[in-house]
Amino acid sequence: MSETASNPVDERVKRISPLRRALIRPELGAMVGTIAVFAFFILFAFDSGMFNSQGVLNWATVSAQFMIIAVGACLLMIAGEFDLSVGSMIGFAGMMIAIFGVTIGIPMWAAILLTFVLCIAIGALNGFIVIRTGLPSFIVTLAFLFILRGFTIFLPQLIERKTIIGGIREAAEGDWLAPIFGGKILGGLFVWLGDAGLIATFERGTREGQPVVDGIPMLIIWALALVVFGHVLLTRTRFGNWIFAAGGDAEAARNSGVPVTRVKMLMFMFTAFCATVFAICQVMEFGSAGADRGLLKEFEAIIAVVIGGALLTGGYGSVIGAALGAVIFGVVQQGLFFAGVESSLFRVFLGVILLGAVILNTYIRRMITGER
Amino acid sequence: MNTRSSHAPIIQMRNIEKHFGPVIALAGVSLDVYPGECHCLLGDNGAGKSTFIKTMSGVHKPTRGEIVFNGAPMNFETPRDAMEAGIATVHQHLAMIPLMSVSRNFFMGNEPVKRIAGINFFDHDHANSVTMSEMRRMGINLRAPDQAVGTLSGGERQTVAIARAVYFGAKVLILDEPTSALGVRQTSNVLATIDTVRKQGVAVVFITHNVRHALAVGDRFTVLNRGQTLGTAQRGQITPDELQDMMAGGQEMATLEGSLGGTV
Repeated sequence: MSETASNPVDERVKRISPLRRALIRPELGAMVGTIAVFAFFILFAFDSGMFNSQGVLNWATVSAQFMIIAVGACLLMIAGEFDLSVGSMIGFAGMMIAIFGVTIGIPMWAAILLTFVLCIAIGALNGFIVIRTGLPSFIVTLAFLFILRGFTIFLPQLIERKTIIGGIREAAEGDWLAPIFGGKILGGLFVWLGDAGLIATFERGTREGQPVVDGIPMLIIWALALVVFGHVLLTRTRFGNWIFAAGGDAEAARNSGVPVTRVKMLMFMFTAFCATVFAICQVMEFGSAGADRGLLKEFEAIIAVVIGGALLTGGYGSVIGAALGAVIFGVVQQGLFFAGVESSLFRVFLGVILLGAVILNTYIRRMITGER
Repeated sequence: MNTRSSHAPIIQMRNIEKHFGPVIALAGVSLDVYPGECHCLLGDNGAGKSTFIKTMSGVHKPTRGEIVFNGAPMNFETPRDAMEAGIATVHQHLAMIPLMSVSRNFFMGNEPVKRIAGINFFDHDHANSVTMSEMRRMGINLRAPDQAVGTLSGGERQTVAIARAVYFGAKVLILDEPTSALGVRQTSNVLATIDTVRKQGVAVVFITHNVRHALAVGDRFTVLNRGQTLGTAQRGQITPDELQDMMAGGQEMATLEGSLGGTV
């Protein structure tokens, strides 16, 4: 801010008010939304059990699920592409874990690593086709939405004659890698909190005296770690600048020496990575893989990202915003359940908030670029 | 203009011919540019200006003719080669991304990094301070380096692109019609920028079809017409009307020959 050499200052440029400057942050809408959502449920559903330890764990887990896929979708969207195959990828990855680890019976750590390699390779294939053909990623990944879902239903029927494969928890018993996805941490802290009477404990049965919530699921740790990683990558590294540039104007970015192809490929692969993390955490928790897992998750990820302030056209957005979008999503979905509201109304809410977010984002975009 | 006698030309284009199949786009064009001069390349649409500067910046390879850069014959295989040698082109449709901040745009593809705990981080402080000071040198006071490029006027965007090219070591700066889409005030800002850059010793090739813009900053003027050069004139040796006539087709060539010093 140097207004000292005052002569060339353009007198037609108005001072920008702090409010307007704050509005130009992509995550502002999501911040306001998050506060509003919490305020609403604290006012109207505080006694419903939503804010005791189980309640918090409940919506925090759901939010963390959304967060994991939203981080991938967010970076990919800022890089100018979509991935509609995220939901199918979740189902597919879970099924692969079950087939490798249960049906074939290789050690769970190897099943997990194999699944990662396979799914990231499919993500790379998505990216390769989009970049090579120049087709919209919308269409290419829509094709993979069906291809992957089809295989997810077909393979278990072919191999096991059923669409749900169980026994994953047993297969993961004693494995060194599986707890990183399915485990819980800080158990001791929760025991202490329970003993101190700060959180609820079981009052009868075999687990009497133990806290109802016995640790933080690794799912939540993954979500927070991915958000921090995505945010730092996007805002604090040169690669982050390339992500913005690739999505803002791929041609201009190429002219300036940005490796646009590499950036987009890596973002497709990262999105697949996030979907696989989601899937592995889920199958470890449920102990089974189902052919219908992850249905509609691609849209939920995109909605969280858009609520977080990213532009559908690319080049603009925030990982923190997407994470807050995921929190709004999770809190409202579970909050309505706690408040005893008919759950179908959640979809109405979703549609309304999506529309509102897109309109707000368009307005913010005009403010940034000065378009009319 | 004593730069001509005291310096060697930084780039010389000798009898450049470029054929596209049966079409002769350039039929032997010669031009030399000295450090610190603004050499205006004028011509009507279709005169071959674009082909000529694309040859200079490594996009096209000349069919015949020679490019001498810094005293040595040069063969640019790709635009990247020319860029690395120090020939930068600022296009009419700029390499600027409106949604990104000025400093992010300024360093796009050349981001400064700072190592913290073995990880390379984008050095925003450095990028911001360089952007602010480079823009101030060009006479533009940014409100803040994180201001989006989209909020800048067309002239200011041109200036950011020029400042960026100069900062990253351009010795020859090719400006492809930088003023054609601008208003009067913005045009004068860009012309002032060209003057600033020239005084830093950068050779500027300024492509335009506006004689008044050319005469405002140009040291020398080369007119292209139908793939041929109609000669290079020094500042002060030619009037706006004469330049205009040459661009229009050289009907007055006979009367011009004298004033052009036989270079036709």
